[in-house]
Amino acid sequence: MIKSKIFITFTLVELLILSVLFSYSLYDRQVNWRMGLPAKHQLVSHLDLTDFAIWTEARYTRHPSQTDFFSPFQDFPSSLEHFPAGSVIAPAMHSAGERP
Amino acid sequence: MTKHIKILEHALSSIVRRRFKNLAIIVAFAFTVAALSTIIFFTDSLKTEAENILASAPDLIVQKTKGGRHDLIPIEYAEKIQIIPGVGEVTPRYWGYYYDALTKANYTLTGLMSKKSSLELINGRLPETRGETAIGAGIADIRNSEVDGELILVNSRNLGVLYKVVGVFTADSVMLTNDLVVLNNDDIIDFFDFPDGKATDIAVRVYNSSEIQNIASKVKRLFPETRPITKSELVRTYDMVFNWRSGMMIAVFSGAIIAFCIMAWDKATGISAEEKQEIGILKAIGWDTSDVLALKFWEGFIIALTSFFLGVIAGFIHVFFFDSSILAPIIKGWSVLFPDFRLTPHIDLYQLFVMGFLIITPYVASTIIPAWKTAITDPDTVMRG
Repeated sequence: MIKSKIFITFTLVELLILSVLFSYSLYDRQVNWRMGLPAKHQLVSHLDLTDFAIWTEARYTRHPSQTDFFSPFQDFPSSLEHFPAGSVIAPAMHSAGERP
Repeated sequence: MTKHIKILEHALSSIVRRRFKNLAIIVAFAFTVAALSTIIFFTDSLKTEAENILASAPDLIVQKTKGGRHDLIPIEYAEKIQIIPGVGEVTPRYWGYYYDALTKANYTLTGLMSKKSSLELINGRLPETRGETAIGAGIADIRNSEVDGELILVNSRNLGVLYKVVGVFTADSVMLTNDLVVLNNDDIIDFFDFPDGKATDIAVRVYNSSEIQNIASKVKRLFPETRPITKSELVRTYDMVFNWRSGMMIAVFSGAIIAFCIMAWDKATGISAEEKQEIGILKAIGWDTSDVLALKFWEGFIIALTSFFLGVIAGFIHVFFFDSSILAPIIKGWSVLFPDFRLTPHIDLYQLFVMGFLIITPYVASTIIPAWKTAITDPDTVMRG
């Protein structure tokens, strides 16, 4: 019965770690919402920001929400999109049926 | 219960007997789960951040398009939008992109109205007069600038312009400000040589959020060549860019699924002669088929559950404690300025359960099915091979 006890203990430890991580995520989110979120809201509102500064290689990856459907392909007719981040993210969707 | 504990003990002994093979399976399996959970945690967290942070973005951004391309918008449009009932503040935005040949990085230059204001997430202050700038932590780092330092940029007339750095955005805001150079509106107009009376786009605040779509339609009717982007679209963008169709999700998921299928296929297409002999002996000494199946269930379950837990824990630690350091170079692309992902942890239990179910069940099934085929065969035939 030693092996089964070791396995059950090991599984319980894994579950405990997962529970701790889950509790930590809840706690950290609460703290962040209470402390950090108002400051970020102030920043976004003051500078009228619309996107995250994640991919700075092309304008349609820097501001995915502000770009139009043609941006990745508009360098010349039949040109292909050539920035790597463009293949990582999917194109943004806008109002149903509206093509900018 | 006692019977199952004993079968579990036997299953563990069986796993330990083939320890190297099973350890290799657990490592490969856990790695696959870790890759999947990394993507799920990362994208989920980014979507939640977008939903929370961009809640204070402008209700409406009005762009002008020409020939399918973004074009500068006349400022008089702002005056006409202002008189639409329900519209609050209307602000023309002046912003653009700048390629810095010195660092080979792209910056986003954005204008600010001259007003005295302070922000929590800045060391120093925002620019108040011409010749002043506030920069993101990424730019401060790459240009070795700091508060009271200098920043030289080359304007559209190919002349170097010197700005005094009066503020540097804090590391907490890198996700929003890493590549940002904030200048006074007049400085931006001069820098990019914007024509008189033209802005990049117009930000509109609406008093009643349920009226945003309605006002967007009115703007579109009033100026058919414009493209109003609502706040819900801004937030939804991050839901869309990281949906299952995005390259990142497809690349990781298809890789993981193929690896998993190979593993399950290997299991399902047959068991080794040694395992067959073991089942034959168990049947010969009096084990029922149901006992053999229970044994194989426990063997599969132990491996799948252990791998799943280890993978999820590794994925969480990678994303939230090591700032997705392995994933970041993959999604970085050609970005020179790339922020550290200090994301707020977010676990969606529903997604975790679905992932657990989709990973554990097929593996256990693929362990049981070939064992069942062997267990219903005559023990003598099985033992003779």
